[in-house]
Amino acid sequence: MHELAVTQRILEIALRHADGASRITKLNLIVGDLTGILSESVQFYWDIITRETRAEGSTLCVSRVPTRLRCGDCGHEFAPDGRTFDCPNCGGRRVIIMTGREFRLESIEVQ
Amino acid sequence: MVRTVSLGEQILGANDEIALANRTALNRAGVLAINLMASPGAGKTSLILSTVAALRAEYRIAGVDGDLATSIDADRVAAMGVPAVQINTGGACHLDAAMMRCALEQLDLAVLDLLIVENVGNLVCPSGFRLGVHRNVLIASVPEGADKPYKYPVMYLGADAVVLNKVDVLDAFDFDMAYFRHGVEALNPGLAFFPVSCKTGVGMEAWRDWVRQQVTAFRQAEGAGYELR
Ligand SMILES: Nc1nc2c(ncn2[C@@H]2O[C@H](COP(=O)(O)OP(=O)(O)OP(=O)(O)O)[C@@H](O)[C@H]2O)c(=O)[nH]1
Ligand SMILES: [Mg+2]
Ligand SMILES: [Zn+2]
Repeated sequence: MHELAVTQRILEIALRHADGASRITKLNLIVGDLTGILSESVQFYWDIITRETRAEGSTLCVSRVPTRLRCGDCGHEFAPDGRTFDCPNCGGRRVIIMTGREFRLESIEVQ
Repeated sequence: MVRTVSLGEQILGANDEIALANRTALNRAGVLAINLMASPGAGKTSLILSTVAALRAEYRIAGVDGDLATSIDADRVAAMGVPAVQINTGGACHLDAAMMRCALEQLDLAVLDLLIVENVGNLVCPSGFRLGVHRNVLIASVPEGADKPYKYPVMYLGADAVVLNKVDVLDAFDFDMAYFRHGVEALNPGLAFFPVSCKTGVGMEAWRDWVRQQVTAFRQAEGAGYELR
């Protein structure tokens, strides 16, 4: 997948916001399960591309957000069972994706 | 001293900015852009070829083909005598807005009405990268199986129409049409749906009518009111 490209974006954003700081020590990344982004793979590229940057040796903290759906009929929120989107409460078949698509850099810690 | 900088910044925000600029360029030139997304081999190129063949007398059409490394698809479109731009993604699994910009720069938008983009065959990655088109079309195909809306909901969610290709081989597969439709409708009630066969031509007229309607609506709206796709 495209983890290398997005990991580079993460570094760009972090460096852009770290002006004045000598080092980036930690990054808090929010990743929804529906993005298909693999945390391990981001971590792998992170360790490589941050070499000799101000983010070298930093901790990449990835918070995963599980997929949650909301029934369009009764409003019940649930995790999809992997086979259908049917509402376990009322059997409704229209859903709204509530969470799982997140992909943002929430904050960085710098010194 | 350690300090925390709050960002809340979308990782793909920079991509969206370029996408917006692409769309502005398309709007200014009056070109409707449709992005075709599908898994490998679902029939993206086949649908482009048959759409071009049928509509070229009505609209000035061009194609943009995203491919990992080859120009096979763009060559097939170019062989029809319409402008075709090949974008080699260099291994990337999706087109992004910068690649799209690069393609637009190679086209004379002023002499076009309709731009059809073939994204890289993939059901995950393209959904994260907006290109600046007006419409997303998802092509499913019978041999892939009916469970794809459940496995790749984000792709289906971002679609303005779903084409189910290769219906000529329905008898050879245990494709559960009702299950497939439920998955699409759950995410996107009332979504335009076209069961077709690029091979036999079945269903193609309804698909082409949809494309015509998109062009007409786009012209009436002068490109305004579209969600960034
Ligand atoms: N039986 C049948 N075969 C089809 C149909 N449409 C396309 N094919 C075949 O499916 C194969 C793939 O078609 P393409 O149009 O190249 O698919 P694609 O999605 O562009 O493929 P990639 O660009 O490689 O991801 C070809 O061998 C086509 O001839 C159809 O409606 N029925
Ligand atoms: Mg193709
Ligand atoms: Zn319900």
